[in-house]
Amino acid sequence: MSAAGARAWSIELYDVLVRQGIRQVAYVPDAGHSDLIERCGANPAMETTVLTTEEEGIALLGGAWLGGDRGILLMQSSGVGNCVNMLSLIENCRMPFVTLITMRGEWGEFNPWQAPMGLATPDVLSRMNVQVHRVEVAKDAAATLDAAISQSYDGMLASAVLLSQRLIGRKDFEAED
Amino acid sequence: MTGNLPLLDRRETVARLLRDRGELLVVSGLGSATYDVAAAGDDPRNFYLWGAMGGTAAMALGLALAQPERPVLAVTGDGDMLMGMGSLATIGAKRPSNLSVVVLDNEVYGETGAQPTAIAHGVDLVRVARGCGLEAPDDIRDMNGVGTLVERIHQSDGPLFANIKIDAREHARVLPARDGAWLRSRFREAVLGLAP
Repeated sequence: MSAAGARAWSIELYDVLVRQGIRQVAYVPDAGHSDLIERCGANPAMETTVLTTEEEGIALLGGAWLGGDRGILLMQSSGVGNCVNMLSLIENCRMPFVTLITMRGEWGEFNPWQAPMGLATPDVLSRMNVQVHRVEVAKDAAATLDAAISQSYDGMLASAVLLSQRLIGRKDFEAED
Repeated sequence: MTGNLPLLDRRETVARLLRDRGELLVVSGLGSATYDVAAAGDDPRNFYLWGAMGGTAAMALGLALAQPERPVLAVTGDGDMLMGMGSLATIGAKRPSNLSVVVLDNEVYGETGAQPTAIAHGVDLVRVARGCGLEAPDDIRDMNGVGTLVERIHQSDGPLFANIKIDAREHARVLPARDGAWLRSRFREAVLGLAP
């Protein structure tokens, strides 16, 4: 989606990242994150890193924090399963960690292959001691992300913000893109 | 594959890598690489992984991006590097000049009973790294090659990858602290001057 078509909540999320001093943004893309990835990539003060798999992002952000940078991992719910063992790094080292996850496999999902990890995402994160915050409506998105970043980097509590599929919109398989 | 070509001793190799280390920051991969780095002399600027298999190179990448003025070295084994092989593509896309990834390649999973890795079946990590756009010398098999590598690590004109052929002999384990929270606090205090 072009910047001109950006949704207001997505711009607000970007503003939160800037205000919170997030410098490293690691991602496996999702359509729901496309505005945010584009904006972060255009900011010369941010390092955006495209990953080959989501667990790389956990290790990368751990290294970033060792070097003094705050970071965030952007992924979709299907990527959460890839992260499980790498989250042991965060727990063992009591490192800050925050991830912003777009949900699939709910709210009118067309693709059944998205359902298993979509359904399991909150439980998998909780079992690995990541606190889960779910956002259902656009007006809550920025404040929830802001709180999650604060309690991750100030409170040393690993946090995930789930953006519901109802919020980001159903993926339209009939459309050109 | 090794054939009858010469092999290096892992402890001697890592001791040479870390001698006169200057500003070097080090992330070591789980198992023998962590013991080798500890055996070369404990330092608060070493971050020892005891798990998180596959994450060593990616962790060093995040550190290198955060600390672009200092050389950053990932030291790990071929098993860990194979698990995290995608991170070579991630590094190739970011191209941090201060990052070096060094693999101690004995072609086996040493911690679990010396089962052969894919390297023993002909997989070539140097060609993988080159394909990802990293600078990578041919497999290193002598201490002259290690000495040249050390110079390049400190030149920070990478990203650099090196595969060092070592023998599969097991050494006495040298176990560094495994309390990750303590290790990260001590690292940040040494590098950033931050209290825990």
